[in-house]
Amino acid sequence: MSRALSAVPARNGRGSSGPPAEAKLALVEFLLGSEDPRACTGRALEWLGVHAGVKQAICAQVDSAAERLVAAAGFGVPASRIEQFSVHLEARDHPLVKALTAAHPVALTVSDEPTLHSLQLRGPAAAVAFHGLEGEEREPAGLLLASPATPETARVLEWLAELLGHRLVRLLWYRQLARDRTLLYGIVNAVPDPVMLTDSEGRLVVANSRAESLFASRAEQSEGRRRAVTLNNMLFSAALGESALKDAAPDRRELLLVDPVEGSDLLFELLSTLAGDSREGMGIVSVLRNVSDLRRATEEIEANYARQRVAEAAARAERDRLDLIIDSVADPIVVTDPAGNIQMMNAPADRLFTEAPGTSADELQRVRANDANFTSFVANVFFGLSDLRYRGSINLVDVKTGAPVPVEAVSGQILNEQHGELSAVVTILHDRTEALERERLYEQLKRASGELERKVREATAELVRHNELLRRQAIQLEQASSLKSQFLANMSHEFRTPLNAILGYTSMLLKGVLGPLHGEQGEGLARVDSNARHLLGIINDILDISRIEAGRMPLRLSEFPLPELVGEVLAEVEPIVVQSSVHIEASVDRRLPPVQSDRQKVKQIILNLLTNAVKFTPRGAVTLSARYDPRAREVAVSVSDTGIGIAAEDQARIFEDFQQADSSPTRTHGGAGLGLSICRRLATMLGGKIQLESAPGVGSTFTLVLPRRRGRR
Amino acid sequence: MNPPSGVGPLVLLVDDYADNRDMYARYLTFAGYRVDEATNGQEALDKAGQIHPDLIVMDLSLPVMDGWEATRRLKANPQTRRIPVLALTGHALGDHEREASEAGCDGYVTKPCLPEDLAARINVMLAGTPSKSRPRGRRGSRG
Repeated sequence: MSRALSAVPARNGRGSSGPPAEAKLALVEFLLGSEDPRACTGRALEWLGVHAGVKQAICAQVDSAAERLVAAAGFGVPASRIEQFSVHLEARDHPLVKALTAAHPVALTVSDEPTLHSLQLRGPAAAVAFHGLEGEEREPAGLLLASPATPETARVLEWLAELLGHRLVRLLWYRQLARDRTLLYGIVNAVPDPVMLTDSEGRLVVANSRAESLFASRAEQSEGRRRAVTLNNMLFSAALGESALKDAAPDRRELLLVDPVEGSDLLFELLSTLAGDSREGMGIVSVLRNVSDLRRATEEIEANYARQRVAEAAARAERDRLDLIIDSVADPIVVTDPAGNIQMMNAPADRLFTEAPGTSADELQRVRANDANFTSFVANVFFGLSDLRYRGSINLVDVKTGAPVPVEAVSGQILNEQHGELSAVVTILHDRTEALERERLYEQLKRASGELERKVREATAELVRHNELLRRQAIQLEQASSLKSQFLANMSHEFRTPLNAILGYTSMLLKGVLGPLHGEQGEGLARVDSNARHLLGIINDILDISRIEAGRMPLRLSEFPLPELVGEVLAEVEPIVVQSSVHIEASVDRRLPPVQSDRQKVKQIILNLLTNAVKFTPRGAVTLSARYDPRAREVAVSVSDTGIGIAAEDQARIFEDFQQADSSPTRTHGGAGLGLSICRRLATMLGGKIQLESAPGVGSTFTLVLPRRRGRR
Repeated sequence: MNPPSGVGPLVLLVDDYADNRDMYARYLTFAGYRVDEATNGQEALDKAGQIHPDLIVMDLSLPVMDGWEATRRLKANPQTRRIPVLALTGHALGDHEREASEAGCDGYVTKPCLPEDLAARINVMLAGTPSKSRPRGRRGSRG
């Protein structure tokens, strides 16, 4: 609790029992002379202790920003307590806050308030508020506390509060003012534009550093710079003089100055405003904004704009020309934006994708179908972003006729030059109808060619098969022939076995081994014997042919004289010659060289030729001649007759098996017809041949031609 | 045919064709030979072992055992190896003659072969071998 201290009525200084006047005067002198508020409070509290019998004293000040009452200095109180002490001004019930607003000294007891307790006041204290500037509203600026609280103390406190409060507030205000001034200068200097305050006479009052560089010079600076500054001041004054400033409306104009350092022109925008108040006289605040760059920029923009206009015109002309070219291209060209919308197309594309006025329902449907097909193709182009070009085919239809128009589409992406983003897709459509037709024809041709090739291949394969068949048939024929030969050989054996018995018994009968013969039995048996021998001859011929064909006719080569052989043959033929009406003339050169060949076979051939000649010559002569051709190293044995002869058409046939020139059943000449066939085969075996010259009714000449030496095969 | 008797050389005729066997036997007997007969190779072997003929006329194509095989066995047997074998064949193909020679045959004739020609051949062969006797048949005696 606080209570008002009953202040002792103030008495005149002379009669007072308070501090002596000299002490008061000394304090007043100190306070007026000190610029430091802290030193002032400290001295004042100390003074209370020395001259007013105060044990403890505290000075608290209002911190209006923090809205608190804080202790500023203490006497007889620990410094730490002073620093900690703080009371919120909102705490209106606080005895100190109350004391702050009280008109008179207030007495405080220590127990009243814990905060006072914390100050460690040892007894009741007196509190007096002090105030700021006189004449203003007496806002409390702080409190002076002193203990012990006596009426005397209260009176001294009141006096001191008046004195100290006034001085403290003033000192604090000066400080505040200095701070504010520094701040303002800082702000003004921080402005990049020159800022100036001129008085009504046009004199420069305040200028920031930027303005000073333009409008202020010092003696030590260069002549040129000082002249530039002088010129700038003149230009600025002239500009201000022209401006008619009224009230607070700012004046705006351009001002061309010289850069004192660079010497270049600087264009400013001058913004001038009346400032100040009527009491202190009007000033003018000028802000200069450098618009040199701005002007340059503006001029550049204008120039750019003009250039752009020219370029646009050129581009428009170019575009018109391009449109003309694109329209004249026969292939449809379509430009699509990234959203897939058609931005531009030429006339041929127009015919595919545009709904012309008067389009029929069918045509409309076709246009939409084309559009849908194209859109889905272009969508692929946008998805396939990796490639700048995209190629594909689209099936479109002719809008007028509905005929299918297969097109090959080539899309190219146009990328934004700065960012590389897709800005458009250009698609060129090429009608492939003709190409497809050509392709179809080509395919057809290829198929036909393939077909031909296949047929050739088949025919070739057939030929191969056929050849194989023929080869097999040849083998089979060979086998059959061999089988035939084998068969004939076997048959000849089968024939010969009973024939052996026939000939044997006949021979015994004819010889009378089995008893004497009677009557014509001998003649009959002789015919049996003759026929059996004939049969044996046939069988031997067949066997010879079989052996030759089977390659089983052995060749026994030796060297022998031909005349001797001819003699033997003539002797063997003698019996039939005797029975016939022919005579034989032999003409053999005794000097014939010996022949190397198979003697038995050569003999067989000549014997056969001679026998035939006698057999087929009813009457006349048969000539046998032998000669040697040294050039060809060949021996020729010829048998000529004057017989029936052989027609030209039969001449080849008579050398075949079982053939006679007269093959009719009524033929007059016997024989199996194998003789010439065997002769021809034997001659071939011996490396020679048999030649025939004949004319029917004139006669025949058979000639055996043999190499003198038969080479071994 | 009766078992051989008399004094002429003993010829064993081996042939499966009865008429040929009979025909040659009649003639050889007429020519003064003693003759015995066999119809196949095996029989020829058996008889040769029993009667020890002076010569064997061996047809080559025979049932049971052919003439080549029979000849090989005869020539392999010390008791019969000295008996001359005259091969007689109706086959004209192949190397019957060479094969017969390889089998051990001492002579070779082909059918048809007249009985007098066969007898002449046998006579020649027996002349070259030390023989017990000469044929003294009616023909020979007649000159």
